[in-house]
Amino acid sequence: MARKINDMLRRLPVWAVWIAGLIPLALLIWDTLQGNLGVDPVAMLEHRLGRTAIYFLIGGLAVTPLLRLTGISLMKFRRALGLLCFTYAGLHVLAWISTDMGFLWAQMGRDILKRPYLLFGMLAFVMLVPLAITSNNLSIRRLGGLKWKRLHMLVYAAAPLAALHWIWVKKTLPLTPVAWMAVILALLLVRAVLKRSKSAGRKNPAKNTQVKSAT
Amino acid sequence: LSGRPSPFSTSEKPNTLEEITNYNNFYEFGTGKTDPAKNAGAMTTDPWSVEIGGLVDRPGSYGVEDLAPDNALEERIYRLRCVEAWSMVIPWIGVPLASVLEKVGVQSGAKYVAFQTLLRPEEMSGQRFPSIRWPYVEGLRLDEAMHPLTILATGLYSDPLPNQNGAPIRLVVPWKYGFKSIKSIVRITLTDQQPPTSWNELQPSEYGFYANVNPNVSHPRWSQATERRIGAGLFGGREETLMFNGYADQVASLYSGMDLAQNY
Repeated sequence: MARKINDMLRRLPVWAVWIAGLIPLALLIWDTLQGNLGVDPVAMLEHRLGRTAIYFLIGGLAVTPLLRLTGISLMKFRRALGLLCFTYAGLHVLAWISTDMGFLWAQMGRDILKRPYLLFGMLAFVMLVPLAITSNNLSIRRLGGLKWKRLHMLVYAAAPLAALHWIWVKKTLPLTPVAWMAVILALLLVRAVLKRSKSAGRKNPAKNTQVKSAT
Repeated sequence: LSGRPSPFSTSEKPNTLEEITNYNNFYEFGTGKTDPAKNAGAMTTDPWSVEIGGLVDRPGSYGVEDLAPDNALEERIYRLRCVEAWSMVIPWIGVPLASVLEKVGVQSGAKYVAFQTLLRPEEMSGQRFPSIRWPYVEGLRLDEAMHPLTILATGLYSDPLPNQNGAPIRLVVPWKYGFKSIKSIVRITLTDQQPPTSWNELQPSEYGFYANVNPNVSHPRWSQATERRIGAGLFGGREETLMFNGYADQVASLYSGMDLAQNY
């Protein structure tokens, strides 16, 4: 079963994931131009970009657990998922700066330091920046697999921070972002458990730190 | 429905009916801005009665018509400032709350007015989740309640109040954050004690009893220095928030001598 799926996935080019991943953006642009964003287009634009960013973040985070648990490999698409996440996160921040805050830099600066939801969101975004910059083969070669892998562990912090950012902006405990936070924590937990069982099964785990497929 | 024009109305351009009726915070019907428009149709507003009691001379059950008769209606075009830092301009139709309180006769010991929203989970889907404690309750100091700017609204533009805006009768206190203007009122009680209020009970550090619009006292989640006018478009930017939402001339004296950073 997993093999059949992997055979099919092998034939799927990475650019197809990029095309599919940009459909939400195309729909958003279409809705913006058509005036379909409702009474408060500013909030709608911002929220749709932010939500899509989190979905891709979770998608990228799910690749390894999926492989370990089911044998289905989406490894080939992980970089695209990460960069799509960063694209939406960047546009989300840009929408906040321009349409929401109207380029009031001083207020934005004060707010980021003072408002937990903005601090969480900004921290998550800042963590994603080096990951996006190093999402290419050249960076992996330059940094070396181990260093690169360590750097990209930042996503384990960025993902829960992003969900916390979503939860904290609401006035009452909101169901949807709390559910996504649970998904993120579950994915991180699966990783931790799998890692532990893997290293426990090794005879000499200290020497065995080579990266298998860092792309 | 129509009301006499009032000198208390702002000359700012009101938001469209479409905007006012499709962008609501009415958690009884869900926490999303469009949930009330979607779900509030289920609420029965006729028959309706408002139970007025406590320290009043003529307690009892009053119909909406008794409290806001057609010939007493006024149009009040007010700014509305939400604690979430967005704002609108809304042409309400209603009567001064003072006229209602005079009708029922406020006793000398009364210091506060407590309000309560309808509790009917079978028609109000949001009440099936404990996002806040139901029923929604709010309160005003008696002098705030008697202030001529404070109204009970029963209409919007020339329509009876749509359900998502708090039909059939709601409070409007334009110098306070929107959550003070309690919707779909079923109970008004005059008391000598400061009554509990829903958002304050949920998160006292964020929502005070007074909840006066104040750009200098910032909310833990949002700066209150500026606001976004709904309907201004994608690049409408932000405008400065005014003290008491621009009604300082009329209401600042109510709070003279009070530390508004303490009594937020």
